[in-house]
Amino acid sequence: MPGKLKVKIVAGRHLPVMDRASDLTDAFVEVKFGNTTFKTDVYLKSLNPQWNSEWFKFEVDDEDLQDEPLQITVLDHDTYSANDAIGKVYIDIDPLLYSEAATVISGWFPIYDTIHGIRGEINVIVKVDLFNDLNRFRQSSCGVKFFCTTSIPKCYRAVIIHGFVEELVVNEDPEYQWIDRIRTPRASNEARQRLISLMSGELQRKIGLKVLEMRGNAVVGYLQCFDLEGESGLVVRAIGTACTLDKLSSPAAFLPACNSPSKEMKEIPFNEDPNPNTHSSGPSTPLKNQTYSFSPSKSYSRQSSSSDTDLSLTPKTGMGSGSAGKEGGPFKALLRQQTQSALEQREFPFFTLTAFPPGFLVHVGGVVSARSVKLLDRIHNPDEPETRDAWWAEIRQEIKSHAKALGCHAVVGYSESTSICEEVCILSASGTAAVLNPRFLQDGTLEGCLEQRLEENLPVGCGFCHIPYDELNMPFPAHLTYCYNCRKQKVPDVLFTTIDLPTDATVVGKGCLIQARLCRLKKKAQAEANATAISNLLPFMEYEVHTQLMNKLKLKGMNALFGLRIQITVGENMLMGLASATGVYLAALPTPGGIQIAGKTPNDGSYEQHISHMQKKINDTIAKNKELYEINPPETSEELIGSPIPEPRQHSRLLRSQSESSDEVTELDLSHGKKDAFVLEIDDTDALEDVHSLLTDVPPPPGFYSCNTEIMPGINNWTSEIQMFTSVRVTRLSSLNLTNQALNKNFNDLCENLLKSLYFKLRSMIPCCLCHVNFTVSLPEDELIQVTVTAVAITFDKNQALQTTKTHVEKSLQRASTDNEELLQFPLELCSDSIPSHPFPPAKEHLESASSNSGIPAAQRDRCSSWIELIKLKAQTIRRGSIKTTVTVEKASPMGEGNFRNRSAPPCANSTVGVVKMTPLSFIPGAKITKYLGIINMFFIRETTSLREEGGVSGFLHAFIAEVFAMVRAHVAALGGNAVVSYIMKQCVFMENPNKNQAQCLINVSGDAVVFVRESDLEVVSTQHPTANCQPLCAGGEVTT
Amino acid sequence: MTSELDIFVGNTTLIDEDVYRLWLDGYSVSDAVALRVRSGILEQTGATAAVLQSDTMDHYRTFHMLERLLHAPPKLLHQLIFQIPPSRQALLIERYYAFDEAFVREVLGKKLSKGTKKDLDDISTKTGITLKSCRRQFDNFKRVFKVVEEMRGSLVDNIQQHFLLSDRLSRDYAAIVFFANNRFETGKKKLQYLSFGDFAFCAELMIQNWTLGAVGEAPTDPDSQVDDMDVDLDKEFLQDLKELKVLVADKDLLDLHKSLVCTTLRGKLTVFSEMEANFKNLSRGLVNVAAKLTHNKDVRDLFVDLVEKFVEPCRSDHWPLADVRLFLNQYSASVHSLDGFRHQALWDRYMGTLRGCLLRLYHD
Repeated sequence: MPGKLKVKIVAGRHLPVMDRASDLTDAFVEVKFGNTTFKTDVYLKSLNPQWNSEWFKFEVDDEDLQDEPLQITVLDHDTYSANDAIGKVYIDIDPLLYSEAATVISGWFPIYDTIHGIRGEINVIVKVDLFNDLNRFRQSSCGVKFFCTTSIPKCYRAVIIHGFVEELVVNEDPEYQWIDRIRTPRASNEARQRLISLMSGELQRKIGLKVLEMRGNAVVGYLQCFDLEGESGLVVRAIGTACTLDKLSSPAAFLPACNSPSKEMKEIPFNEDPNPNTHSSGPSTPLKNQTYSFSPSKSYSRQSSSSDTDLSLTPKTGMGSGSAGKEGGPFKALLRQQTQSALEQREFPFFTLTAFPPGFLVHVGGVVSARSVKLLDRIHNPDEPETRDAWWAEIRQEIKSHAKALGCHAVVGYSESTSICEEVCILSASGTAAVLNPRFLQDGTLEGCLEQRLEENLPVGCGFCHIPYDELNMPFPAHLTYCYNCRKQKVPDVLFTTIDLPTDATVVGKGCLIQARLCRLKKKAQAEANATAISNLLPFMEYEVHTQLMNKLKLKGMNALFGLRIQITVGENMLMGLASATGVYLAALPTPGGIQIAGKTPNDGSYEQHISHMQKKINDTIAKNKELYEINPPETSEELIGSPIPEPRQHSRLLRSQSESSDEVTELDLSHGKKDAFVLEIDDTDALEDVHSLLTDVPPPPGFYSCNTEIMPGINNWTSEIQMFTSVRVTRLSSLNLTNQALNKNFNDLCENLLKSLYFKLRSMIPCCLCHVNFTVSLPEDELIQVTVTAVAITFDKNQALQTTKTHVEKSLQRASTDNEELLQFPLELCSDSIPSHPFPPAKEHLESASSNSGIPAAQRDRCSSWIELIKLKAQTIRRGSIKTTVTVEKASPMGEGNFRNRSAPPCANSTVGVVKMTPLSFIPGAKITKYLGIINMFFIRETTSLREEGGVSGFLHAFIAEVFAMVRAHVAALGGNAVVSYIMKQCVFMENPNKNQAQCLINVSGDAVVFVRESDLEVVSTQHPTANCQPLCAGGEVTT
Repeated sequence: MTSELDIFVGNTTLIDEDVYRLWLDGYSVSDAVALRVRSGILEQTGATAAVLQSDTMDHYRTFHMLERLLHAPPKLLHQLIFQIPPSRQALLIERYYAFDEAFVREVLGKKLSKGTKKDLDDISTKTGITLKSCRRQFDNFKRVFKVVEEMRGSLVDNIQQHFLLSDRLSRDYAAIVFFANNRFETGKKKLQYLSFGDFAFCAELMIQNWTLGAVGEAPTDPDSQVDDMDVDLDKEFLQDLKELKVLVADKDLLDLHKSLVCTTLRGKLTVFSEMEANFKNLSRGLVNVAAKLTHNKDVRDLFVDLVEKFVEPCRSDHWPLADVRLFLNQYSASVHSLDGFRHQALWDRYMGTLRGCLLRLYHD
């Protein structure tokens, strides 16, 4: 019996009136955990009862501690009839089960009722005493930390990244049990909420066990989802990345990050950098830079010794990928043989992370995805969820083989999703094929060839773009050129990935949100016929989504997509595809060609005129976009790079498949292969419509940027003002004569209008960027489309933004003469023409690339060093004798944790409610996360039988979402936190029946509860940590002295 | 294609001040949209009318949800559903409880009952303020009244504590509550020239000097029924005011009083002769007003009487305000020199307040 749970019920407030006669309430509380229930006394006639109960003690297994939620029910005592329930609070006590997180849960929780919503609040204190468990065969996994964040959490260091963990549990859905016919909606909803809470507890425990088996201590990028399969049951599944994390305990270790609202700077200056020389490259010269670039290979020697048998087989020279190509065959064979290899050992070398420690990601192959259409059947035995397991295993196998085909041994930014309509279910998985640095993986041994590649990869900032696959034996036709950054390796013309932009990537200008939207009508059908129809449509959907993405990317003048997420939603009579990604211009990749329009019937004069008109419009748009996103890539000389490898040009970078219909869509050829220009043929209405839709996408109003990744490339001066929001729209389609075109237009308008509304609503935050824009589409009924958007708006400092613009402008001025729209279409000729008149000598260019190589743009480095100076200045003033006695006390405690904790509670004038920030990002701009308090994973159901009275569907859902936010905030505050990071609304299932005046909604949210400290506060703290803490800092920043 | 559902929920509740004002002013969503379009917001932001419509609806919904909390402002501070920065909370409350001058003049001194509420239609037509806004303002008056009516202690403090209003607004509400409780007549035609500010000024003086709370000591008897110390006039004091009657009833006293005033003011007033001629009338008016205050009916007519008996006669003789001030000062001060008059303290308590009121009421 390894744990004791203690609960105290303190008080209630704002309770609803339960007794009409007295306008008061006689409230008491039931506290339930597992099968044990305690009750408080009845507090008579009050809406603000003060129970101040004794400590209720539950003695329980830690297995139960993990699975069960603490259930607190507030009731109104009634002498003559049954007691009326006021509402409930479920508290997940998991955060109390590991030492580093919260020690106590204490605070005001909203009392929630599935029919009435929030009805007052209750003050509760929860503690857990854990006894050490020495049982080797234990079923619990207490102590394993869970993070929703898809990168290594900010105050931790990854010792080993073990890899993929997954689990799923199934059960019958209480909503569909026979008993549901006789119980009240409230009882049914509560049964469901409780079951899901139990199942996710169980799931988390099981995943934790797997992590312990792998000798890890944490799960990062934990993503848990529910599949409401209706009649056939309820599936709760989760994936994550097992890691061994080390807490960064010295304040110096976290101090560096605090100057940087931008993530780019967070890791680079100090964390990554064991040798202090790095920074001594004050005015960066190519020479010094080289010394830097070799330093990461320290680990190389160590590892190569362990795999020396393979060395003979690996390519000796890593300079040209041509040589790599020659040995491509053996290389692949080798990979297969290497059962010893850390990754091959694993069943699925997948990582749910989207951002990585520096040096982890070596090469990126491209997006891999797999979909499969399944018919749901009743889950007969909940204890053996084999069918569902088998389905997923099948899909993962496919992803793995796709990755292999791209010459990659791993998949990063991996995610899984489902879309269910009646008995048909589409399972989807996608990720980015990649080659990883084995240094971070368990057993750290990978073949020498990989290390060879690592060495090739030395120029930071472009390495990940270099193709990992064998050039002569490419998995798909692609257009390769030498890297525009290092000029040694081959790169593709465009790159699609599901991950965040690597922090060291060199990007030109700013990024933008790019979406492809698509609808396809489908005949209503039953069972297998339906599944077949869907799987027949899927390849075409994927293909068109991909074409749209490519077109829009070109139109923006960009060459890479990050954070790509393609969602295919199935409805009764249609399929919807929505792809979102952040487009950027990677300096390492070639300048994208324009879009050329070609007509099939060139005889008709007016038709040609029309085409040339369109062409002009497109060219104008491209030019405008380049200006808008400040895309002025540095001049490159084509001679150095050499002519592109003659290869049938194809734009597809996606490798797809459907398990029921395995036709490879990649075979379809659309391009004309005329230089880089991307040709659109408008020979039918479809294509015409495509072109139109291209041009109807309105750019965000001035002062606004948007992206679906963590941070916006090109903006790094965030202020601390953030606003997280959720917006939901449901649109009814007119059912008359629906065509694909009309549908597409409707859907497109819906998304565009939604974005426009967001821009309008947030106009007071200008200049501002919408980050992590996450669209979810569902088709709740025949003619209904529901779009849910969650994102965070972050303001940035305009003045500093202007400065960066200026440098861009300067750059662009130097090449202004060549910057015209023709260039966009024929970059090769014009570039080579312009070489003689090139304004600056190659040396200068060298310098520029060198500075970008180090991963820190000059401007940022300046900021960085000036910041160090600031800190040092402060430290010095203290050394000069202003140290007070309190300072010495501070010094004695190594962390001053308590100090932070106090600080973290923001002073809120005459309000008892502390502010809790919520953000889908993994960081809070202008602040430093000092502690992770545990995962928040909540599931709520809300139902109403008085829809009109509650303000219709909008009023109902608006109130419910506000309540969900409130409950998340209350839980975080009770844990002692002041923010939720990596917040995500995973599900928002809304059903209505206006005729019956009813509606129901299910919402599932998750995130990481954290404590953060404002940087301004932190600076004060840092001055209070005198010499001892500044010492390492000074060592790291020798440059500045 | 129609939007069935369209919502936006921020972690920090977005409050648009302009839309809040339109909502408070009682405009429907479509009217509000039209007004916003007219303000030129579409041109400024490049938004479409549909966007504006959706935005307005959203804000209206938020305000509607907040309204319940605004009825008890401390709840707004402690609730967990809407995360609103304290400065915004204060703004929401202050604006919600703000009222229109035109409206308050219509209901000031009226019983805050259902009957009055039924008249809101007429008030709305008369003032041009939407019925919805009238209702909100009326309900605010009534709500504040109900909460503080029976409460002990300072009226202003009570209002401030229970409704978290600014000092200025709390004082205004104190006046409204005080007038509603004493049912002072303010609607007569001859009182139309007076602003709410004039009445509020008088109310404050009266609360400070004429109520039980003004005496400065709580009733010693714990079972005492006089709980509402600041809201009700001091009955005992009103009773005692009868004693002042001697000032006009006793001919010698009246003459002596007149001669004292005239001696001092001779040469100092531009309207000296008019004053001299009118002294007895004016004095009779002021003292009779005091003596009549024992009857509730006459209390209600206090302002009518003051205007009729003092303001109008002076105004018809074109007294400048400075002269009125000089006269009133001398008029009250001279009583101290009347040896036969024993109620000096009572006189000061009465006249001190009345002088302040009269000076404020004396304008065109």
